[in-house]
Amino acid sequence: MNIDSIHNGIVLDHIQAGRGIQIYQALHLDELDCVVALIKNVKSAKMGRKDLIKVDEMIGLDLAALGFIDPNITINLIIDGQVAQKKPLNLPRELVNVMKCKNPRCITTIEQEVEQIFRLTQEDPPLYRCAYCETAFRN
Amino acid sequence: MRHVISPQDLSVTEIERLLMLGDDIIARPEAYAESARHRKLATLFYEPSTRTRLSFEAAMLDLGGHVLGFSSQEASSAAKGESVADTIRMVQCYADLIAMRHPKEGAPVVAARHAKVPVINAGDGGHNHPTQTLTDLMTIHRELGSLEGLTIGFCGDLKFGRTVHSLIAAMRRYPGTRFILVSPTELRAPDYVLDGIRASGCVCEESRSMEAVMPDLDVLYMTRVQRERFFNEADYVRLKDSFILDVPKLLHARPGMIVMHPLPRVNEISVKVDDNPHARYFEQARYGKYIRMALILALLEQGKEGAIL
Repeated sequence: MNIDSIHNGIVLDHIQAGRGIQIYQALHLDELDCVVALIKNVKSAKMGRKDLIKVDEMIGLDLAALGFIDPNITINLIIDGQVAQKKPLNLPRELVNVMKCKNPRCITTIEQEVEQIFRLTQEDPPLYRCAYCETAFRN
Repeated sequence: MRHVISPQDLSVTEIERLLMLGDDIIARPEAYAESARHRKLATLFYEPSTRTRLSFEAAMLDLGGHVLGFSSQEASSAAKGESVADTIRMVQCYADLIAMRHPKEGAPVVAARHAKVPVINAGDGGHNHPTQTLTDLMTIHRELGSLEGLTIGFCGDLKFGRTVHSLIAAMRRYPGTRFILVSPTELRAPDYVLDGIRASGCVCEESRSMEAVMPDLDVLYMTRVQRERFFNEADYVRLKDSFILDVPKLLHARPGMIVMHPLPRVNEISVKVDDNPHARYFEQARYGKYIRMALILALLEQGKEGAIL
């Protein structure tokens, strides 16, 4: 399969195989007008199989959302056809409006203007808790 | 601006200074009779409460201040659909301090975000109740003389009981605390509470029998199985009588052990225990007013030279 190289844009590498579509949706890449390629199950010496996303344009990325979904992703910024910068991701300390609290007793279920905020309370394994009711987020 | 939303909002040192101020208020109430003169406390109670609301109001009145507010959701604009954020934006124009109880967990966090005056969480659903915790700490401090190296048994509804969650969070910061949690399986403490104890390095044991653990305890903290925390009536009826304290069970207690309860009591403590030398739950309610006086003063005076907060 042949996918063109990109000249100026972003390559999301080392996505855990199968998670590519989740990232594609979380970053709202379907709303872009430029060329976007989601490539699944690419052979990888490091991971066995991986997913890959190429975006043929410099766009702003929600690094917090990305780090939450898969902190092992590498972000490559491509300028003039060359990798100009590699950005590793970390687990974000705080996530705003990335997911919703599922506790029916939480104030976020009734207060319209409240942002959905989750904070990292444990690194390994990662555990996020609602900033209001402290309920743990589980996928 | 300091608010008190969770017990962790106050450091161990700040709590110690609040307890000392509480001691001084008990010793010299007349010295504080005008301390909050011309200041107003808004009590925003979106769900029923007797003790907490009255003790806040009594505390403010005993400091020479004034009280305004509402005591049920129906009596407030919330009944018309007003958000917590909007209510707070309005109330802060009229009051110097806000005490808020709300059935939804985390509501006081929202209030504090929008308030330019200090907010005190007076209970948010099954989550936190920091002034009850201060009351409990004041009781232990007054009755046992120390908050360190104690074995505390919690009995009853440990799943929904916010007073339990808050007191555990406070006591796990004191060295040598040993927690013994006695509850039916359905009402075990939530994982985040147990995780918090483990992370603190304190000892935590679970038991299904009050009698078995009684000889080990310095404090027995009883809780009510609350009807309003259950989604269905059948579960409530099945579990409400699970753990009842009576006089025979106390025969195995240490001489200085104290029985505490956040009140209201339903039937989980026999009325025959009320006159028992171990019982302290009515003294506990009395201490609640004094520690709230200390907290109100500390929040009103915050940032000033020599202030607690």
